[in-house]
Amino acid sequence: MTKPKSFPTPPAPSPWQCRVMGGVIFGLVFTGLAQMPLFKRYYLADIPGFAWTADFYASHRIHYILAAVLLAWLMFRAMLTLGAIYRGWRPPLAFLFKGGIWMGIIFTGLARVIKNSPDFFFSPTTTMAIDWAHLLFMMLLAPAAWIARRSLASK
Amino acid sequence: MSLSRRTFLTWISTSAVGTLLPGTAAAAQRGEELATLLDLSRCVGCGTCVEACREANQAKFPKPIKPFPTMYPRDRTQVADWSEKQHVDNRLTPYNWLFIQTITGTYNNQPFEIHIPRRCLHCINPPCANLCPWGAAYKQANGIVRINDRICLGGGKCKAVCPWQIPERQTGVGLYLHLLPSVAGNGVMYKCDRCWNRIDQGELPACIEACPYEVQTIGPRSQILEAAHALARSMNGFIYGEHENGGTNTLYVSPVPFDILNNVISPAPGRPHLEAVPNPFLQEERLARAVFAAPFAGLAAGALHLLRSASEHDHD
Repeated sequence: MTKPKSFPTPPAPSPWQCRVMGGVIFGLVFTGLAQMPLFKRYYLADIPGFAWTADFYASHRIHYILAAVLLAWLMFRAMLTLGAIYRGWRPPLAFLFKGGIWMGIIFTGLARVIKNSPDFFFSPTTTMAIDWAHLLFMMLLAPAAWIARRSLASK
Repeated sequence: MSLSRRTFLTWISTSAVGTLLPGTAAAAQRGEELATLLDLSRCVGCGTCVEACREANQAKFPKPIKPFPTMYPRDRTQVADWSEKQHVDNRLTPYNWLFIQTITGTYNNQPFEIHIPRRCLHCINPPCANLCPWGAAYKQANGIVRINDRICLGGGKCKAVCPWQIPERQTGVGLYLHLLPSVAGNGVMYKCDRCWNRIDQGELPACIEACPYEVQTIGPRSQILEAAHALARSMNGFIYGEHENGGTNTLYVSPVPFDILNNVISPAPGRPHLEAVPNPFLQEERLARAVFAAPFAGLAAGALHLLRSASEHDHD
């Protein structure tokens, strides 16, 4: 009986990379939630050191910085994944689903950054669709990541 | 009707004919932003514009449902109810989208009295629209900044990020009543919508049409800007709104410097200041470059990693 040919999977990120990027994603979710006028209402901004969470401009700028870090990381990982696919690895469906969710978050986020620039105009309907889609993709990310992890672990 | 540039500027700066620049309707249909020019040397503070605004926009004013739902936490959720004070016309309210700010003082040893119609300035890059988490506040192609009263939850973020804190809240109305009124939302935010429906029909905003002194002129922004500079030159005056908050579509021209006017007024809720306002999105505009450069940096790093791995593999 011949052993089935194995293809190299994308190299797994190191534990410290996982911790750092986990922190970045948490920061993005946190600063994203801070865009809703809730942190002041529910006393979070009263906690010493958290006054900035009620400053919409501050949390917005931090969101931009963290988004730049995440984008660089995701594209780095995407390139490694493409390399593995080139060498014959076939990603499971759940992995592609998670990738699709990430692409949705990235494109709606980038569209929002473009929209916020003074030189671009998006119609009100487009703007609202982008806002809501960004929120929806974020809500879908957690279950998609869980399914992808289970799928990869079972292989 | 054709106007040479010189004729046009002379017409705007010296005559009493203002209100509507030629080509305004066509510009609006093309999606070009409209702006208004307010010649403060003409305004006598009669309040006709305020009355006209209230009359024209009566149907858009809030009709709150009472009693209001109890909101939590109680100390952080103030009820904003203007429904019993609809007559108030000396400040901005959900029922009064325009008021006259009267400022007296001395400039160059001369006494002055300046009346300023105050309302939303319809910013070129409006923070209220950019930062509204629901897309309830938005800007139209013709430059009008509006708040969708069917979507707005009344969180008041638009007011918090507006340098002039223009939008005003009315509790007990809007979408939040049908969601979780006790724990999220607090009504709907209201402000001047530059009579968008009248403009859509080729009419003038009510305040401009009603003004007996033709204080306001509306037209394509580029032309309004030229007219504002011509007017300022003719009176040795000053412009407010050209650069404030990154630029607005409302240009005030005054014979008295705006820093002097601002020093005299006492800003209060519903009565905005006249300070010089820097562009709040300057840092975001710089950070946006990093956001767009980041994916390429990540791809390049990934490609280098792959090349190095391939090279090590070959050596093995």
